[in-house]
Amino acid sequence: MKFVSGVVLGVSLLAGLLTAVSVRAEDAPTPAAPTCEVPDYLLSTDNALPKVAEAIKSGGSLNILVVGSRSSTISVSAASSEAAAYPSQMQAALKAKLPSIEVNVSVEIQAKKTAAEVATSLPKLLESKKPTLVVWQTGTVDAMRSVDPDEFRSGISDGVVALQEAGADVILINPQYSPRTESMISASPYLDNMRVVAQEHDVPLFDRFAIMRSWSESGEFDLFTAVHGAELAKRVHNCLGRALSQFIIDAAHPKPVQEN
Amino acid sequence: MTSVADHIAGPPLAATAVATHEALLAQVEAPAIAKPVASERELRLDLFRGMALWLIFIDHLPPNLLTWLTIRNYGFSDATEIFIFISGYTASFVYGRAMRDAGFVVATARILRRVWQIYVAHVFLFTIFLAEISYVATRFENPLYTEEMGIMDFLKEPDVTIVQALLLRFRPVNMDVLPLYIVLMLFLPVILWLMRRSTDLTLALSVGLYAATWEFDLYLSAYPNGFWAFNPFAWQLLFVFGAWCAQGGAERMSRILTSSITLWICVAYLLFAFLVTLTWYWPQLSHLMPRRLEQWMYPISKTDLDVLRFAHFLALAALTVRFLPKDWPGLKSPWLRPLILCGQHSLEIFCLGVFLAFAGHFLLAEFSGGTGLHFVISISGILIMSGAAWLFSWYKHSADKSGSKAKATGGNADMAGGGA
Repeated sequence: MKFVSGVVLGVSLLAGLLTAVSVRAEDAPTPAAPTCEVPDYLLSTDNALPKVAEAIKSGGSLNILVVGSRSSTISVSAASSEAAAYPSQMQAALKAKLPSIEVNVSVEIQAKKTAAEVATSLPKLLESKKPTLVVWQTGTVDAMRSVDPDEFRSGISDGVVALQEAGADVILINPQYSPRTESMISASPYLDNMRVVAQEHDVPLFDRFAIMRSWSESGEFDLFTAVHGAELAKRVHNCLGRALSQFIIDAAHPKPVQEN
Repeated sequence: MTSVADHIAGPPLAATAVATHEALLAQVEAPAIAKPVASERELRLDLFRGMALWLIFIDHLPPNLLTWLTIRNYGFSDATEIFIFISGYTASFVYGRAMRDAGFVVATARILRRVWQIYVAHVFLFTIFLAEISYVATRFENPLYTEEMGIMDFLKEPDVTIVQALLLRFRPVNMDVLPLYIVLMLFLPVILWLMRRSTDLTLALSVGLYAATWEFDLYLSAYPNGFWAFNPFAWQLLFVFGAWCAQGGAERMSRILTSSITLWICVAYLLFAFLVTLTWYWPQLSHLMPRRLEQWMYPISKTDLDVLRFAHFLALAALTVRFLPKDWPGLKSPWLRPLILCGQHSLEIFCLGVFLAFAGHFLLAEFSGGTGLHFVISISGILIMSGAAWLFSWYKHSADKSGSKAKATGGNADMAGGGA
């Protein structure tokens, strides 16, 4: 009996709470222009970008190649969409922060390719472009197809080694935080494996997933929304681009150890 | 985790229990609130299976506060191991007796009926999943996530997808455990038949198959690509090991289990596993890990039930059996009642848990839920699971009251293990 009444009490309490929460969610005002703050720990990395640091120091040109899948673009028909996607936004932010050097960004979209498939195409790409830094955004396609995580891991691992051997610095970008598809795409094994590869090869990992989740949790962006417009996507990419530029500059200038 | 050692010491087998056809409906039969014979029921099995079900539910929700309470954050193994082991244990217990009393054919027939129930449950869950994903596909169009929406591509050819789902080859996220369970149960008649000849030989064969899986890379393919997330060729080891324990293996191990050397090995191993898991969450610590150890240890495969995971489960089980005696009074406490009830209705509660996880995702998406709502959903899910388990018991309990005496005895026979 005690148990029954306990359950009844609990359920009714929860029902009350649920309604309270849902009402609050509806009332929540839409946030103003994004400040897109990113917690410091998400933008700090122990792994350096020596080639980028050198390019900045010598005042030459910084050639960045972004290799990614469709989440490195904004898919709207508008002509301005390429400029709005995070690679261009990153370029703009880098130019503003590094006025003394030339920043070139080229984007190579390989839609619907797994990490292992992209990895095999990397050496050729590098031969033609000779970038200082390769930003490799990957993982989404593999997660959607539930590729064997081991295969995924050796795929990125091979790709990273190929890039490093070709003399480029590497940054990995993991999948987007996508709350609507969370019950359908199991991202965590792929996120974990990317972290492991980044550690193994001393490569900075731009944790797009965690950054976007923190924006979602802080109410910065409503990533659950079903809006059809491109406005939200543009704002998110703008913020991602700026955060990425910050991440690159921080990794290229490892701060002297100030703690202790 | 479970009963291993002393359960068999006083085998409820003694219960003359005519395993009537109720044996099959084990779980449904299991009257939780049964009176005098209740002492025979191995409550620890129920307790830990109930716990595994709660943990599986929490792990199926997006990560949140409660996720930190699940055991996968503190070692290599997780709730799946507990669930499969206990399932092997109870299935072997219930159907092993059926096989002894009623013969191979009858026992096999009962097992197959059980397999059918699980299969239907799986298809039911798939239908719900299909409804959810179709809803999202039609209502949700955010340019930010064009790529992720590619996951819906299978809706373009539902004919193929649905047939593949019925063949257990197409399994959406979080729907991997029941197919594994179906395959394992399908082979239960063979396992039990072999065990009647020699339990140890059966276990040895199982270990052999496990080793062969690793050596020759055996697997079952999935649709549209990849393979089964839980490789049945590897996971059968845990199931057969559970069956072996129920058939007297645990009793024979009792000396090993009570020795203090075993105790210290287990403690040391669990501590080691804990420290290793720490480095996953605080990557800063990872430089403390010897490179060579990392190379040897990683990756720790869940698909193929890595030896490290299996060992971790064994260590946990050994400690549990040692420190949680069968007659621990806490097992009767009302606080553990919800867990035990859930464990006694494992198939229903498991399915309910998967459904609630879907529903939870859905609510979170509809209300742009934050941490608060997330927490509320987790807790209410657990309450709903407990409430449902209580309801099932209540049904069973009243049915027993009005039922014939023979039926009651049959029910008690099953209580020893709940239904597989």
